[in-house]
Amino acid sequence: MTDWRPPLALIGAWLGLLALLALTVTLAYVPLGAGNAVVALTIGTIKAGLVATIFMELWHRRGLTLVFAGAGLFWLGILLYLGSMDFLTRT
Amino acid sequence: MPDSSAVAPQYASIPHRDHTAELGMWVFIATEVLLFGGLILAYFVYRHAFPQGFAEGSRHTEIVIGTANTAVLLTSSFLVAWAIEIFSPATIRIVTWLLIGAACLGLLFIVLKGIEYSKEYDEHLVPGIDFLFAGPLANGVQLFFIFYFIATAIHALHMLIGICLLITLATLCRKAPTTRHHAALHSAALYWHFVDVAWIFLFALIYLPGRSAS
Repeated sequence: MTDWRPPLALIGAWLGLLALLALTVTLAYVPLGAGNAVVALTIGTIKAGLVATIFMELWHRRGLTLVFAGAGLFWLGILLYLGSMDFLTRT
Repeated sequence: MPDSSAVAPQYASIPHRDHTAELGMWVFIATEVLLFGGLILAYFVYRHAFPQGFAEGSRHTEIVIGTANTAVLLTSSFLVAWAIEIFSPATIRIVTWLLIGAACLGLLFIVLKGIEYSKEYDEHLVPGIDFLFAGPLANGVQLFFIFYFIATAIHALHMLIGICLLITLATLCRKAPTTRHHAALHSAALYWHFVDVAWIFLFALIYLPGRSAS
């Protein structure tokens, strides 16, 4: 019989994502000042990284696929960096 | 896995065709990253200008529904990734059910979002339609809710498209799955996971700020 069970990596990623969700909601209620935003975005980035590497299979990809997947991030970086500089440096 | 039709002349082989489809999907996702990126940039600019208004607005969102919806979406992504992983003629019944399960979770997300919108309408928090918020933070709160409704509505539209894709592919491949079905499903899965990633960031920006001060 063909194996229909999900690979352990998928189950691990799914449970990890749910655990990170619980963690980020819990930490949102802990007073950390400006640290709350940093924690929320850091955990969000880790969750996005898990989805991209495991669910979107980037862990098993090499070369051209990673370049194509990274292109979006590269342009997002330019958008956010150049777009926010004006507002962050205004006096 | 059988493949009824020959590979189009521009491709040397089936893996070549599938790899091209995957790269094409990543190009599309890059454009989507910039679509949501523009929204998120606007969010940061306005949050920088109205930090307390954004924290106050965030405290008025339904964090229980937002958290439940995040769990629903993550689970839905897991089911789709599982379906892709075991895709074969022998497992096609299970694959079909996994895809339908993922689409149902997507619909549950939309229903919960609708309940959330109706609660916000009852609380007079819908700018342009019914917005009543007194006090010095009103401007910031209003900007927060403008971002909230535009971003979540665009995200919900992506969800609806994804649900249609999953149901269509589950229907198409349920009898005689081919490598073409697998390639199409793989592209749809990448899209579905991207919609998940977009929500992960929207969740962190919409629901979490300002909670520790409440």
